[in-house]
Amino acid sequence: MNMNWYKFSAPSAFYPLAGKLIPWFWALAALFGTVGLWLGLVVAPIDFQQGEGYRIIFVHVGASWMSMFIYVVMAFWAAIGLAFNTRLSGMMTAALAPTGALFTFLALWTGAFWGKPMWGAWWVWDARLTSELILLFLYIGFIALTRAIDDPRRADKAGAVLALVGVINIPIIYFSVKWWNTLHQGASVSLSKGSSMAALMLWAMLLCALAMWMYTIAVSLIRVRGIILERERHTEWVKALLLQNAAAKPMIAPIAQREAK
Amino acid sequence: MYWNSFSDFLHMGGYGLYVWGSFGMTALVMVAEPLLARRQHRLIAQRLRRQLRAEAKPDRAGEAA
Repeated sequence: MNMNWYKFSAPSAFYPLAGKLIPWFWALAALFGTVGLWLGLVVAPIDFQQGEGYRIIFVHVGASWMSMFIYVVMAFWAAIGLAFNTRLSGMMTAALAPTGALFTFLALWTGAFWGKPMWGAWWVWDARLTSELILLFLYIGFIALTRAIDDPRRADKAGAVLALVGVINIPIIYFSVKWWNTLHQGASVSLSKGSSMAALMLWAMLLCALAMWMYTIAVSLIRVRGIILERERHTEWVKALLLQNAAAKPMIAPIAQREAK
Repeated sequence: MYWNSFSDFLHMGGYGLYVWGSFGMTALVMVAEPLLARRQHRLIAQRLRRQLRAEAKPDRAGEAA
């Protein structure tokens, strides 16, 4: 079938597509998460250096990767939005920001819970930790800035500029352990050198990270659907969607449920 | 299976607080965020539907309800 993918850049086409995709991403997140946690928490043996405390990496690494990856994806949508003035890109950027902020918070939180027993401190002003904290402020700054501007198109533009300027922080975070003499250890997984971890632990970590990736897609699709409704509320398709079956169903029925039929 | 007993599993070789503090917060966030996002979506739809009905003319509103 020759599908025209461009048509999904229209919010009216993307809204129902996103609704259909969400359950699939939940299923993948649950599958990867279950296997990853089983391997990481139940099957994997103790680490000879870090004891059982090393198991924190199964959530810490995924959360840290997602915190950086989501920002890069936001910057990508920001660039598309600035270059082509597409409506959907600003909505995607806005939908991703809270999830990115939460994963950054989790990266810092789980890092602190690892640092306390291993380094003896919840927090140190190390280059890796400090640049990750700056990432959290970038996310919060993006959310605050875009919500402070009433006109969504102007909010998108201002947010896009912030997202693009802030993306310089991502390589700083990633390479901080190489560029500076940090307390934070270097990467255990690298594209050039492969992995220094045991295969079982590596698989557990990758599956947990993959689960977080699928989770991110699912939750940001839920959020972008709300944003689409809000911003497209004056269009005929949103009005029709809101009123369709409204008489048959109680007001509370979520749109996702009605569409599933 | 690596563990001998469930209490061993909870104890995590003395790292229980740190391991479960990390996994617990991650679980809390990853359960709460989707619930809040869905609630947000539902509230937006409800609010817009109410506004739409209020904007509609009285005779049309009777028809829709």
